[in-house]
Amino acid sequence: MLAEVGQFALILALLLALVQAIAPLWGAQRGEPVLMALGRTAAILQAGFVILAFGCLAASYVACDFSVALVAEHSNTQQPLAYRFAATWGSHEGSMLLWVLILAVYGGGVALFGQTLRETLQARVLGVQGLIGVAFLGFMIFTSNPFLRLSPAPLEGTELNPLLQDPGLVSHPPLLYLGYVGFSVAFAFAVAALIEGRVDAAWARWVRPWVLAAWVPLTAGITLGSLWAYYELGWGGWWFWDPVENASLMPWLLGTALLHSALVLERRGALVSWTILLSILTFSLSLVGTFLVRSGILTSVHSFAVDPQRGVYILGIITATTGAALGLYAWRAPSLRTGALFAPLSREGGITLNNLFLVALAATVFLGTFSPVFIEILKGDKISVGPPYYVRTFAPLAIPLLALVVFGPMLNWKRDSVAAVLKRVRIPAAIAAAALLLGLVTAGWKGVVSAAAVGLAAWLVAGAIAIPGRRWWAGRANLGRSIRTTPPAVFGLSLAHAGLGLLLLGITGVTAWHSDKVLTMRPGDTTVFAGRTLTLQSIDLANGPNYQARQARFDITGRGGPYTLIAERRAYATSQTTEAAIHVSPLGNFYISGGDEQDGGIVVRLWSHPLIVWIWIGGFTMALGGLVSLCDRRLRLGVAARAPRPVPIAAAPAPAE
Amino acid sequence: MRRLIAILPVAAFVLVLLGFMVGLRRDPAILPSMLIGKPLPAFNLPPLKTSEPGLASADLTGEPMLLNVFASWCGPCREEQPTLLQMKSEGVKIVGLDWKEEAAAGARWLDENGDPYLRTGNDSTGRAGIDLGVSGVPETFVVDRRGRVRYRQVGAITPDVWVQTIAPLMAKLRAES
Repeated sequence: MLAEVGQFALILALLLALVQAIAPLWGAQRGEPVLMALGRTAAILQAGFVILAFGCLAASYVACDFSVALVAEHSNTQQPLAYRFAATWGSHEGSMLLWVLILAVYGGGVALFGQTLRETLQARVLGVQGLIGVAFLGFMIFTSNPFLRLSPAPLEGTELNPLLQDPGLVSHPPLLYLGYVGFSVAFAFAVAALIEGRVDAAWARWVRPWVLAAWVPLTAGITLGSLWAYYELGWGGWWFWDPVENASLMPWLLGTALLHSALVLERRGALVSWTILLSILTFSLSLVGTFLVRSGILTSVHSFAVDPQRGVYILGIITATTGAALGLYAWRAPSLRTGALFAPLSREGGITLNNLFLVALAATVFLGTFSPVFIEILKGDKISVGPPYYVRTFAPLAIPLLALVVFGPMLNWKRDSVAAVLKRVRIPAAIAAAALLLGLVTAGWKGVVSAAAVGLAAWLVAGAIAIPGRRWWAGRANLGRSIRTTPPAVFGLSLAHAGLGLLLLGITGVTAWHSDKVLTMRPGDTTVFAGRTLTLQSIDLANGPNYQARQARFDITGRGGPYTLIAERRAYATSQTTEAAIHVSPLGNFYISGGDEQDGGIVVRLWSHPLIVWIWIGGFTMALGGLVSLCDRRLRLGVAARAPRPVPIAAAPAPAE
Repeated sequence: MRRLIAILPVAAFVLVLLGFMVGLRRDPAILPSMLIGKPLPAFNLPPLKTSEPGLASADLTGEPMLLNVFASWCGPCREEQPTLLQMKSEGVKIVGLDWKEEAAAGARWLDENGDPYLRTGNDSTGRAGIDLGVSGVPETFVVDRRGRVRYRQVGAITPDVWVQTIAPLMAKLRAES
């Protein structure tokens, strides 16, 4: 019964999306307030029906209704409730439904909270979102229906992929989708602005929180994915340059660029058509990211079941959305107002440079990810692109960008002078130089590259602290008051840039100083590794709920010790697993796994990953920075223009052209 | 000039799109191998665990065998593993090539997921993989008793692939003199 309700809700949502696509676009063109209002109602109702459909699918999972084919394929009664619920988005069809759910909720949000927007702009934004909704609801209903029945219903379902039964992985996809789909709002705003032929500060004030609201979960989602890869695969890998990882990194890079360029547009009215272009491209890359991996065009670790038919449909959607938007851009962008002028050395100039670097980085990743496809077409060769490519292309672009990050917030809008800027960064520069020297003293000339990287990380963190620091120094006469009046956006900016520094510190630590060791140990044996002394105390057998465990107990002294770690090896009825012991500390992780028995002892593998936790602390700090920034009153939705919407005027506003 | 610049993105997009369209028609799982009918390229790889023998191309002679290229960082390899273990229990001879990672990582992975291989070599530099023309993991080569490559499977061996494609081929190869 539930499945039929869900199915019906989806079909109604599709019909409502059609209304939402047509009515407000037509209404805005003709100046019909009734049609525009119909668009708002349709968006809110559509959100309601998609929520209902998602609820039906989730309830079918929770209730173990194996007469629904999808449920039977991805869950069973043994599975804990949380993972049964999470299995809702563990399949291609279910994750599509989650995608559409987020899209519809955002659409409903624009309809509900967009009362302060210019009415025609809001209508056109809703119309564009409606079009996207039609495409994806149609895709789901016609090619990936989640509510198909299975008859006869099996008594027991199959298992959700065990890899997916992990708290990290349960929240990873929804976070990524919140990000990907969030960029659809910026896309809809960009297309609406192109239709209107009008981009103003109010537009940017609206788009920026949405971009931020997409960027924050995307950042957190990518970080979480990397963390999962580390503790699940466990040998120090945290980024693999896999096509799907790249697919999330590309919208992140462009989204970061968009975040900055929208700031220029909002404050200074410059970079108008560039910001529009970035909005279009960011969402387009999100589409590529979510969907191209399902088309079978690239093979990847993350691929869902490959189905060329779906690939064709998806390519059609990408063609329609990106192609139409870019076509519109080619037609309308030249007639958009050109931005205000600014000197090369200015906040605007700095952000332009930042944008160029970020776009170049995204292009690098794009080329690396898709060049196998193009090279095969042009030359007939099958090639694979691996980490060496990215080390040679990504790093040389990323390092100058990181070095420039500190200057950005120190620059004045409009124009600035070299001497003044250099004076402002003297304290972070001194701290960075001290860190570099310290690195050289400890690591020697051989470690000059890692010392430079540590110096760069210190430069980023010190530069980030200097942002509120300078403000408070200027207002030190009444320090309490200047701290209290610091807008959250300043803290957000500071946190995000500091997170970048912490991330770099972590990458440097684990890349330059990781080490490992393999040896056979008997109880009582002692070994020295990475500054720690480790003694195998005992090897015991213990019984778990459905397995027998062999526990190797190690006492560790030195560097963060003393502490005890227990590395387990579990024998289940049919398989065995190794539960490695990880000691996590800010200075570095220590990782022990106990392997086969040999010569009366066991084979022990030791890994030392210095500073690695800072990679994820850095990533989450960046996301937190975005979140804090989002709390700023100046960004909060609707505050920008609190005046009630004027009574709609019957006369049509003149079309832009 | 402004108009020209504005047209640039859509023009670039059309090019990329054409690429995708052509790319979509090709099944990435069908890879021509230059090696079909030719002897395996020579390699001699160190083992994953110091106590075991390594893997050399000369080991793949005498009877038909499978050479399975895997890595611990590869998701589909996990999905393939139960099939390989099942095949092992049916008496199929499989050797493993641990691709582009430290030996320790591969060893740990086999400890955790079960070891379907007669012997395993570690190709940490990826050199042997290049000689074999490996484009990703997992990949499997069917090698006949004279050490010649007879078939290349790109992507995971699912039970279907095993039953429909590889098992009949192995039976045919065993029948060859």
